[in-house]
Amino acid sequence: MAEDRTATRSGPGRLLIAVYAIFALAACARSASQIAGHFSRAPLAYLLSAFAAVVYVVATVSLSRGSRGSRRLAVVSCAVELVGVVTVGIASLVAPSAFPDATVWSVFGQGYGFVPVVLPVLGLLWIRRTAGFGDS
Amino acid sequence: MIDALSDTLIWVALAAAVWALVLVVLNRPPLPGPKDGWAFFGLLALLELGLLAQAVVGLVQLATTDRDVAGLAFAGYLLGALLILPVAAYWSLAERTRWGTAVLVVGALALPVMVVRMHQVWTAVPGG
Repeated sequence: MAEDRTATRSGPGRLLIAVYAIFALAACARSASQIAGHFSRAPLAYLLSAFAAVVYVVATVSLSRGSRGSRRLAVVSCAVELVGVVTVGIASLVAPSAFPDATVWSVFGQGYGFVPVVLPVLGLLWIRRTAGFGDS
Repeated sequence: MIDALSDTLIWVALAAAVWALVLVVLNRPPLPGPKDGWAFFGLLALLELGLLAQAVVGLVQLATTDRDVAGLAFAGYLLGALLILPVAAYWSLAERTRWGTAVLVVGALALPVMVVRMHQVWTAVPGG
């Protein structure tokens, strides 16, 4: 099953995981400084930042491990990420007062060049693309 | 922060990104062996040294400044930037295809963004 384990982290997957890792680092650092520095200013936004950070870490690790179980975990984390970025994106447009400070996912990740909304789609497509390695 | 150092780091990082992009297009993964491979890794090492110098200077300035700076975020950017190149190089070298080299493009492009952001944090009016 060597192929199965390496499939998600080889080829385009290697680049995808690198981008995920940068977002994991950025989201962790951002939420750590928000929560430690001025949590009371925007608790909801900062909790969402922390949640996003956890999702990015899980996605990065599970994509790079690539075993059967972690593929499943990667699907879940990419799906959660997609739902999160779309929900927060809409919410931040409809009710901007609930988000006095930006999160990674505000306005579909505008502050990060909209990469946050593209990333989970690419992640899910990539897991699907490499699915054959696990079946055969 | 030393503006000249930050500006230099931004331009060197962009140059490294362009160089890596050319390697992706040529499908020529950088190897520590051929002269151009050594030159490329030399540039990355130089960039990392510059980032290290910036982190030292930045932390000293943070400790001695009278202004109210978002210290945690600033230190986070200074130290976080040091991780990018070593991790990108490690992750890139494990795959000798253009995808592996493309990791270096992304890593090198993340650095100017981080330098600009840390500059904004340093010059920002606190609470603003």
